[in-house]
Amino acid sequence: MTPRRKRLLVVLGVLAGVGIAAGLVFRSLNENMMLFYDPTQVVAGEAPHERPFRIGGMVTKGSVARASGSLEIRFVVTDFKSSVPVTYTGVLPDLFGEGKGVVAHGRLTRDGVFAADEVLAKHDEKYMPPEVAKSLKGPPPSTT
Amino acid sequence: MIPELGHFALILALCLALAQSVFGLAGAYTRRTEWMSVARPAVAGQFVFVALAFGCLTASFLGNDFSVRYVALNSNSALPTFYRVAAVWGAHEGSLMLWILVLSIWSIAVAALSRSLPDTFIARVLGVLGLISTGFLTFTLATSNPFLRLLPPAMDGNDLNPLLQDFALAVHPPILYTGYVGFAVAFSFACAAMLEGRLDQAWARWTRPWTIVAWMFLTIGIALGSWWAYYELGWGGWWFWDPVENASFMPWLAGTALIHSLAVTEKRNLFRSWTLLLAIFAFSLSLLGTFLVRSGVLISVHSFASDPARGVFILAFLTLCIGGALTLFAWRAPKLGSSAGFELGSRESFLLFNNALLVIAASLILLGTLYPLFMDGLDLGKISVGPPYFRAVFLVPMLPLLALLGVGMHSTWKRARLAELKRPLLLGLAGAFALALVVVLIAYGRVTILALVGLTAGLWIIFSALRVPVSRLLSRQGLPASVLGMSIAHFGVGIFTIGVAGVEAYKIEKDVALRPGQSVQIAGYDFAFRGVHDVAGPNYNAIEGEFDVTRKGALVRVLRPQKRVYRVQTMPMTEAAITVGWTRDLFVALGDQLGGDAWSVRIQYKPLIRYIWLGAVFMALGGLTAASDRRYRPVRVTDTLPAKDATARDTP
Repeated sequence: MTPRRKRLLVVLGVLAGVGIAAGLVFRSLNENMMLFYDPTQVVAGEAPHERPFRIGGMVTKGSVARASGSLEIRFVVTDFKSSVPVTYTGVLPDLFGEGKGVVAHGRLTRDGVFAADEVLAKHDEKYMPPEVAKSLKGPPPSTT
Repeated sequence: MIPELGHFALILALCLALAQSVFGLAGAYTRRTEWMSVARPAVAGQFVFVALAFGCLTASFLGNDFSVRYVALNSNSALPTFYRVAAVWGAHEGSLMLWILVLSIWSIAVAALSRSLPDTFIARVLGVLGLISTGFLTFTLATSNPFLRLLPPAMDGNDLNPLLQDFALAVHPPILYTGYVGFAVAFSFACAAMLEGRLDQAWARWTRPWTIVAWMFLTIGIALGSWWAYYELGWGGWWFWDPVENASFMPWLAGTALIHSLAVTEKRNLFRSWTLLLAIFAFSLSLLGTFLVRSGVLISVHSFASDPARGVFILAFLTLCIGGALTLFAWRAPKLGSSAGFELGSRESFLLFNNALLVIAASLILLGTLYPLFMDGLDLGKISVGPPYFRAVFLVPMLPLLALLGVGMHSTWKRARLAELKRPLLLGLAGAFALALVVVLIAYGRVTILALVGLTAGLWIIFSALRVPVSRLLSRQGLPASVLGMSIAHFGVGIFTIGVAGVEAYKIEKDVALRPGQSVQIAGYDFAFRGVHDVAGPNYNAIEGEFDVTRKGALVRVLRPQKRVYRVQTMPMTEAAITVGWTRDLFVALGDQLGGDAWSVRIQYKPLIRYIWLGAVFMALGGLTAASDRRYRPVRVTDTLPAKDATARDTP
């Protein structure tokens, strides 16, 4: 094998390695990418049933219901056009409340209920997740 | 009056920063000593005025001057004094002020401790530091002035975000920023070397201690942030792969690569252009981190829209800094190529792998952090990248890194001489594996691959790290501070690895509903809920729960988690109760009242979690020890540079 050919093989090998690595990275990125849907999209059937995603909006006033003495909670997330019922079992974040913005991560069940495995709230009570702000078409969050 | 004074001082500081950069850079270019000699006094003057401005802002906070907008938004008359000081850097404007203050402290340290360096070189270093300072001062004055008045003045302030009212988070920003900004020194040294067209071993020796000290602060800063998130956010996790955390972690990875690559440049005069590039990357990522976190770009892409001036300025400044440095690199680096060779298995080759793996990890984290921004910018959908991605792309380069670390510590420069070390190293590995297996079986009774691999790697690295100083002392070779520092830092890596493996493999998290009198068992501990009562703090009211934690009937600790409501911001906050131990943490957080007298409670068992932060402390200690090495002490050197330093040859 001539040195030139050897070098070519090395270069090709490195390229193939980099290519495979990049492919794996992007696969991992796509698998762990969580899409965001607002209630209108969910009601319209745009959201997938087979993979988890995030939903965001406001917690409808008066919708939070709890079975007494149990960790199970139900509430309704709305973007003021459509609403999606959500169930969650566990301790809620501090800033969760009726009339406040919320983002939940979970799966959509066949009967249209969103079964959340995680309910998110951010560091600041003024904070509204950007996706929520956008889907509510409200004023952008204050950044001061 | 005081805010105006501060504002004025800030403007004067900007003028001096301009003078520092212009006279420093132009003076070095034209070799005019009288111009270059302006740089040092300008640094000192700038420090005085920045400190004055910072003092004025602090005074406004201490004096509850709610006619200042920034004070009114971030403080309150009921806020304890300590947090009033910490509130200075509680939001965007003040943290920029802190950044500038830290930069001027680093600058004055460089100016004072660099008497031994060639005049043109140090003039260029100070010039570049001046440019960075100019950029930040202009940004602050133009878009984020903390001294703006509020008309009419507020009656009382909006209070500091309750999450920030905490010791660890009060000291976290200054320490983190000291690390971030410290990379500006390495960056300036790199730019000066490129402008000077000279990069030799002496350069690496000057740059190393500065970089190591900056890295040490960054390590401590990140560890503090992680510790805070663990006990204050109420969730009990120690790392969330949140964009804000990633923003501080990426410069750390680049900085870690840089201190290792600098070692090669100093000892063997190799990796020279690579070292320059890493110095540029480390600081660029620090800049990116600073801006992304406080300006809210990452949390909300739309913050750009709410203050377009800020966003455009940030982009322009980043482009100038990074683009300028990279252009300089493209122009000058080809002249600085290195030629000497080394064998596979030599210390150089191990450090090459170290660098490659660290940079790969940093790039993949950068990709995951910025990907949602790109997707949103291109209107391809709103997405977020979850922790599983980061865990995968971090673990893949880190496992080989840990494995190579155990061997690499004992390698020698230039040639592979590992054959004679094969036996002791393999013995160490076997010992580590056996010990890990025993620990896993006896303490946890359940073998997981994560725990076994993690504990083995951690223990092996600890054995390896201890071997170096012990064998040196036994053979009476002497133990330079730099070698000892390396051992301590790598010992810390081992401790850290053990902590991560332990907590990730064996943690138990449980959400339960409890009524007073009920109890729950987790990992052999019994948590009995006694009930709740009200308590009042200085600026909050709280409901406090009481839990008796017992093990085999003996009381371990009474835990009192709180649910606080801060009076001004009416923000509820969970204050978890934690009992700390060498083998485990027990963690109780109070959730909500579930109706009746039942409460939702989160109870967690976190084995070995303390070792995560303990490991970081050892890494930082190692850095401090290494930076104190005798060969970094300033010595009076005349014009010629000691390019070949024979005495430092045999030390890593």
